[in-house]
Amino acid sequence: MKSCLVVDDSRVIRMVARKILEELSFEVIEAEDGKEALDKCKEKMPDGVLLDWNMPNMDGMEFLLAMRALPDGEEVKVVFCTTENDLSHIQEAIAAGANEYIMKPFDSEIIQSKFLQVGLL
Amino acid sequence: MKVEDFDLLASMLKDRSGLVLGKDKAYLLETRLMPVARKHGLKGLEELADVVRRKRDENVMGDITEAMTTNETLFFRDQKPFDLFRDVLLPKLMEGRQDSKRIRIWCAACSGGQEPYSLAMILKELGSKLMGWRIEILATDISVEMLDKAKTGLYTQFEVQRGLPITILVKYFRQTGDKWQLDAGIRSMVQFREFNLLESPSALGTFDVVFCRNVLIYFDQETKKKVLDGVARQMPKDGALLLGGAETVLGVTDSFKPVQGRRGVYQLSNSDVEF
Ligand SMILES: C[S@@+](CC[C@H](N)C(=O)[O-])C[C@H]1O[C@@H](n2cnc3c(N)ncnc32)[C@H](O)[C@@H]1O
Repeated sequence: MKSCLVVDDSRVIRMVARKILEELSFEVIEAEDGKEALDKCKEKMPDGVLLDWNMPNMDGMEFLLAMRALPDGEEVKVVFCTTENDLSHIQEAIAAGANEYIMKPFDSEIIQSKFLQVGLL
Repeated sequence: MKVEDFDLLASMLKDRSGLVLGKDKAYLLETRLMPVARKHGLKGLEELADVVRRKRDENVMGDITEAMTTNETLFFRDQKPFDLFRDVLLPKLMEGRQDSKRIRIWCAACSGGQEPYSLAMILKELGSKLMGWRIEILATDISVEMLDKAKTGLYTQFEVQRGLPITILVKYFRQTGDKWQLDAGIRSMVQFREFNLLESPSALGTFDVVFCRNVLIYFDQETKKKVLDGVARQMPKDGALLLGGAETVLGVTDSFKPVQGRRGVYQLSNSDVEF
């Protein structure tokens, strides 16, 4: 069973994402900001991360850069999932090493399509 | 709804588009045709059926057909057929066409354009490998509405997130308002045209690769056979046909056979080309 870390400061979004991912047979771990997510990664690296951008304490971009610097942090598939839907944000994310990018709002079909593309499914 | 109204509309749909509507689909007819009735100032399906019965009004019948066809599609649908096109079919065709350097592709039910544009982006990505080659993509559909949409190359945020890798989105699309528009260069690689698969495709010319995906499922056996036999006549010996995941030629026609080990790909029965 593959694991996916869902990082979002909205409890509702985490719940929706969890439901979709569990239906796709993922073991789901949650974190409400980048800082908590980084701690979870240090405990155990997940196979994938579904990552919000704007969050208190540590945002998605800071988390991504810090996580990539950890041992084994290179392999993890990171899919941004954010309301930032302009070209410059997307380009910045790709440059920083994100594997895919979802513009909110999302649904199960989009998650599935993106996770297929990065090889998590 | 009345049985005779259902029968009338179902038989009109089959004549016009090939679409077969089982009796269990009456609810579908009702939900999808109410807006059509309203658009033409009619109270309900009974009046709509009446207009069809008495006037055979082209506008009304066209709208009914549009409303009943399923246009569901996405970029790089199922992925595999597109990989096969790029890695197997195209190289093979190029080998055999060193002299003419010309390849023609037909998307026979292109809906909103995602399928032909996916092919166009693949060709674009191949870049200099195709230098000197003339590769045409003809995309046809029965739905004028879908063709109009396809030509604009405008897609919603939802549509560009299904099947399209983010790097490709960034490379070939521009944001305009809340939509995304495909680059004019890619759009110009595809030619769109209205065409009903129930007609003979002989006037369209010959095609080396035919994508006829997720449309035959709506037809009955006889119509499927007629369409496939028509496609076969427009194809050279080393041509290839691609069908949707739930479609096959087996038990439908003898003009095509499956290509071994290449799911969804078919070749002429009398062809010995190895893909
Ligand atoms: C489900 S879509 C398939 C789109 C695309 N080929 C794919 O696989 O994603 C089916 C399309 O077939 C078109 N269609 C239905 N009947 C047709 C006919 N008789 N001739 C041409 N196109 C037809 C519909 O308008 C619709 O756009």
